[in-house]
Amino acid sequence: MTTRILADTDTIGSPIINISIFAAFVVITLVIVIRASRSNTDATEFFTAGHAFTGPQNGIAIAGDYLSAASFLGIAGAIAVYGYDGFLYSIGFLVAWLVALLLVAELLRNTGKFTMADVLSFRLKQRPVRLAAAISTLTVSLFYLLAQMAGAGGLVALLLDIKGRSAQSLVIAIVGVLMILYVLIGGMKGTTWVQIIKAVLLITGAAVMTVLVLAKFGLNFSHLLGSAQEMVSKATTKGVSSRDVLAPGAKYGATTLSKIDLLSLGLALVLGTAGLPHVLMRFYTVPTAKEARRSVVWAIALIGAFYLFTLTLGYGAAALVGPDKILKAPGKENSAAPLLAFNLGGEILLGVISAVAFATILAVVAGLTITASASFAHDIYASIMKNHNVTEDEQVRVSRIAAVVLGVAAIGLGILANGQNVAFLVALAFAVAASANLPTILYSLYWKRFNTRGALWSMYGGLISCILLIVFSPAVSGTKTSMLPGEHFNWFPLSNPGIVSIPLGFILGIVGTLSSRDTGDAELNAEMEVRSLTGVGAEKATHH
Amino acid sequence: MTTPQVEPREIDPSGSQYLAVQASPEFQDLRRTLRRFVFPMTAFFLIWYGTYVLLGAFAHDLMATKVWGNINLGLVLGLGQFVTTFLITGLYVRFANRELDPRSEKIRNEMHWSEQ
Repeated sequence: MTTRILADTDTIGSPIINISIFAAFVVITLVIVIRASRSNTDATEFFTAGHAFTGPQNGIAIAGDYLSAASFLGIAGAIAVYGYDGFLYSIGFLVAWLVALLLVAELLRNTGKFTMADVLSFRLKQRPVRLAAAISTLTVSLFYLLAQMAGAGGLVALLLDIKGRSAQSLVIAIVGVLMILYVLIGGMKGTTWVQIIKAVLLITGAAVMTVLVLAKFGLNFSHLLGSAQEMVSKATTKGVSSRDVLAPGAKYGATTLSKIDLLSLGLALVLGTAGLPHVLMRFYTVPTAKEARRSVVWAIALIGAFYLFTLTLGYGAAALVGPDKILKAPGKENSAAPLLAFNLGGEILLGVISAVAFATILAVVAGLTITASASFAHDIYASIMKNHNVTEDEQVRVSRIAAVVLGVAAIGLGILANGQNVAFLVALAFAVAASANLPTILYSLYWKRFNTRGALWSMYGGLISCILLIVFSPAVSGTKTSMLPGEHFNWFPLSNPGIVSIPLGFILGIVGTLSSRDTGDAELNAEMEVRSLTGVGAEKATHH
Repeated sequence: MTTPQVEPREIDPSGSQYLAVQASPEFQDLRRTLRRFVFPMTAFFLIWYGTYVLLGAFAHDLMATKVWGNINLGLVLGLGQFVTTFLITGLYVRFANRELDPRSEKIRNEMHWSEQ
């Protein structure tokens, strides 16, 4: 499809180069994953890489896990076409890390073992709380996974010149099979290395492009902004030329409802990150709370730098490529960054950026799969179905089977959802994480009186309200951009449920707790608090 | 069973020991020190971020006010979010290294000591 995007510049991007660079990434990462697998001897190795990564390594891996193709292509594209509103959207993803840094990361590392549910069920009734936490983990991971898999189809059409539906399905299947291989062979250690390599490639690629863009404008950012606005004002695509891309409002400013939708989205982004199970699980890959702290510092530095690059790339694409050409390309907004890469560095840079975008999907889906399969094996199978009467080797075996089942399901659903508008699933995953997970995480860590009923009401209330509201929202039915444009059951006016479901999750936690006389087990409460703050008895790193 | 599958650890203090540590002045001091920093700081960045998003949603004209060249107030405030995020990260790390780590290490060592 690159051929067609670039037809009117009379130059041709080469899918062969794109595919070769991507194949090189796959080969190199598979070799590393196979090498990493040699030490995959027990459950601690498989689920947490033996708690043996350093803070900086884990911080880079977190950035690799967190910066999805949607962040790179989606945000750069939104800035190129809508301007400021795309930038505003990106900021929530960064500020959110302060919640993880100040309130969650270190205490979670000190308390848990393999999964988010370890922490949530620590001092409450094991089975019901663990089940609720596992259901929420699986829901968030599946939504996120599905969004990535469905997006892979569109990305392939855009980057690798594959237009047929069956050929796109084949590529989605290849992504799924690679993801299963990474997780099965490499476990957490292999997956972490894939994320580290991908993060380095993605951030370096974005940095190089940023320097090239700024160089074209004499390192004058104001000049770049002026050129971007000029191109947008000259655009012939309907509705584009009237946009002020330097000020907010082009995307979310149409009506009062769309403005409230933006607030709702912002709330979900800033509070969701610290409740995402695949992010939380990464904190178990380091040996101590102090290393968990260093991980977040590295992650914040890299993610912050990346969104600053994206800002330049978005306006750069508007100024150098122009919104008309971007919106005419297949993939529309998503093609802004690849088109800019071609403009700056020809087919080689386009090939590198395309392959990096594709590698991004692979690394993110692998992280989600290991999180979901670990939660199934450790929380549902070992703790709930077998009442802890299983060996850790058995947990690893079950987790591997779960990863295969999940991978096959993700391939099937990804193929079905290919071409459907399921972009809302990423925002929904953040909203569920903020509504169902974060209240219970914070209450367990900071509120002594918090009890089992509070946790269950908060988790199920947050989860169910979030999903019900999205089902009856315009994201699913009633508008041209809905998943089901022909149906009309959209009685909830917002596409982002967070503004209702997040306060509900927090309030249900308080009401549930206070309405029950249960004050918990004083010794367990003391153990959790002392452990979380001091690191006494925390899981130790294994030696290599 | 306190947690599932507790593995043999270097130390495994009893519940009553945890209660005693929790009640100790050293631990209460650690807890207070942590909360005095992280709670106000969290309130600050959430309010600051909330204000920014509110302005972005509802005060388009104010955000479009030019500050320098094509750079307007919206861009300055948006970049300000990056600056405060980096700044709070730095402040917290300095605070945790100076104030939290020595306190928690002392308690950890005392618990190790009483085990032996």
